[in-house]
Amino acid sequence: MAGKRRVVVNDIGEVSVVRFIDRKIVDSANIEEMGEELFTVVEKDKRKFILLNFDGVEFLSSAALNKLILLDRKAKAAGGKLKLCGLRAEIMEVFTITRLDKVFQIKKTEADGIEAFGL
Amino acid sequence: MSEPQWNWVLEESIPSSLDAGHRTIDQLLSALTQWGWDGRDFFHVQMAIEEAMVNAIKHGNKESPEKSVSVSFRLGTHAVWIQLTDQGEGFNPYALPDPTDEDHVDQPHGRGVMLIRELMTSVAYNDRGNQVTMHKIRSSEN
Repeated sequence: MAGKRRVVVNDIGEVSVVRFIDRKIVDSANIEEMGEELFTVVEKDKRKFILLNFDGVEFLSSAALNKLILLDRKAKAAGGKLKLCGLRAEIMEVFTITRLDKVFQIKKTEADGIEAFGL
Repeated sequence: MSEPQWNWVLEESIPSSLDAGHRTIDQLLSALTQWGWDGRDFFHVQMAIEEAMVNAIKHGNKESPEKSVSVSFRLGTHAVWIQLTDQGEGFNPYALPDPTDEDHVDQPHGRGVMLIRELMTSVAYNDRGNQVTMHKIRSSEN
């Protein structure tokens, strides 16, 4: 998992728990980098069960949401599963407004998220 | 606008770079904090200006060094008014696919414009579609 600058990946059993370095995910170059690092977890590291933990993330733009959508597609195409947890109330509202709460399975805590994989 | 007095006003023309856009956004966010905006209201304005600025610089002006974005912010205790004008060809915000439709919910288009509409009190575009004007009435008192 060396070389990642925007995310930290911690493997807990079969689940890769991903945390974000940036409190605000807005910068275009950082979002591109974040996307590439997330895609690496699926495409190169071949991890099937990915939990994105947004604890500490205060803000993210629609450009960042688009990367999450792409990640979800890649995970599904590889036969994997993607879940989210730790979203603060304001970010959860964004997912609800855009109905992305129907696309992603969102859990409150990291423990809930790991358990939801049913492994 | 019926707001009798603005506490803070910023009028400037900025180059078509996202770095310049974010520096200008940071000025607005600092002013919001200074005048007591926080919580959901702060977040909603932050999301709306982020999406509108990216639209103007990236999709409107296509980050051309020949073009600029005119920025106008007015901030009061209970309301904020924002206008961005780019020098692009403009777009029709009503012609975008609804990103909440089942067929489009996983597509990367239209979500920013929708969020602006949902999070601000009012949003209007000029006929050409290169100018967005929006305002938000503060919903909570702290």
